[in-house]
Amino acid sequence: MKKVYGSAAEALDGLLIAAGGFGLCGIPELLIDAIVDSGVKDLTVASNNAGVDGFGLGKLLDTRQIKKMMSSYVGENAEFMRQYLSGELELEFNPQGTLAERMRAGGAGIPGFYTKTGVGTQIAEGKEVKQFGGEDYILEEGIFADLAIVKAWKADTTGNCIFRKTARNFNPPAAMCGKVCVMEVEEIVEPGTLDPDHIHLPGIYVHRLIQGSHEKRIEQRTVRKREEA
Amino acid sequence: MAWDRNQMAARAAQELEDGMYVNLGIGIPTLVANYVGDKDITLQSENGMLGMGPFPFEGEEDPDLINAGKQTITELARTSYFDSAMSFGMIRGGKIAAAILGAMEVAENGDLANWMIPGKLVKGMGGAMDLVAGVGRVIVVMDHTNKHGESKVLKACTLPLTGKGVVDRIITNLGVLDVVEGGLRIVECAEGVTEDDLRAATQATIV
Repeated sequence: MKKVYGSAAEALDGLLIAAGGFGLCGIPELLIDAIVDSGVKDLTVASNNAGVDGFGLGKLLDTRQIKKMMSSYVGENAEFMRQYLSGELELEFNPQGTLAERMRAGGAGIPGFYTKTGVGTQIAEGKEVKQFGGEDYILEEGIFADLAIVKAWKADTTGNCIFRKTARNFNPPAAMCGKVCVMEVEEIVEPGTLDPDHIHLPGIYVHRLIQGSHEKRIEQRTVRKREEA
Repeated sequence: MAWDRNQMAARAAQELEDGMYVNLGIGIPTLVANYVGDKDITLQSENGMLGMGPFPFEGEEDPDLINAGKQTITELARTSYFDSAMSFGMIRGGKIAAAILGAMEVAENGDLANWMIPGKLVKGMGGAMDLVAGVGRVIVVMDHTNKHGESKVLKACTLPLTGKGVVDRIITNLGVLDVVEGGLRIVECAEGVTEDDLRAATQATIV
């Protein structure tokens, strides 16, 4: 068994990372930049999407640090497609709800669950089929990530988090399934500031917390004219 | 003569009943929201929202508030937010009454293909497989034929499936068909379209 590595970055290679975000909404921008800077390679990343060219997880694709993506939709990224079609990048398609549930299950100590999503499709190939009530379900496995990189709106110093609008998306399930969960937020506040009844993700799931400013790029800016109102 | 995009959307809106929670797909299905009239319909966006509002006014876009097509949207008084696991929990759990979505092919047994064309760019299924497997009623809205004039309403799908035996109703530019035992049943024809026109454009068995 290989135990000696040539560099710190090399020693960290090959991690399974669960990342929060949907499109570019609620993505851990700061942590993605930190992973780019670290130079770790051969990463497997479970994330609904793969960012866009040059932003979000697209940055880690540009630097070829990702070996495999587990995603439901990757249509917004030309570099992703180029690497995938040339065989440089592995891709495991997961139905979106299956991906979210795999993360949630991993975080909840559930190694597998049966779902009707994907029954009779390519997704079911090679998976165990079991009947419940006369209907077929397929076995999907929980994701147990080495590292979760996630983003919330606010957190207190004990890690209790609040998300904002649809930026919540995959962040709670991704956070739950990480052996180590690193959370970036827009604002860290003192305990007692956030109403305990309004916490979306309890601090037990959050191991490390950082505050920073986010670009929050909009992918599809759509508006209506005021006259129409 | 046949229905245009807006007429198809208006016809699809007739499928919705007061009090329904509904998920609308991208494209023509999105237009359905313009035709619900006075009906009390709550739209789900599978990235984690119930009670989806219209596009924001210019200058009021919020990067933290998007729909499943990644477009900026707004919230309503009834809106609630939740994470992706809960969102698909309500989809898979049958809490969403109906999904209206587009398709590349539909077969007479209710099979649906709308996520990949082998050899072409594969973008992924997103939430489509979960939706068609889980919601109460699956309504497909699409053109009856492809750009080569070939029927998209088939005896069997040729493309990789999104779901097996999942479609309940098909609304096309030519009319409305239901998936029933043994094939498809014509529910109605679009304005200016005869049953013979509809049959001629349909490869699937019509019973």
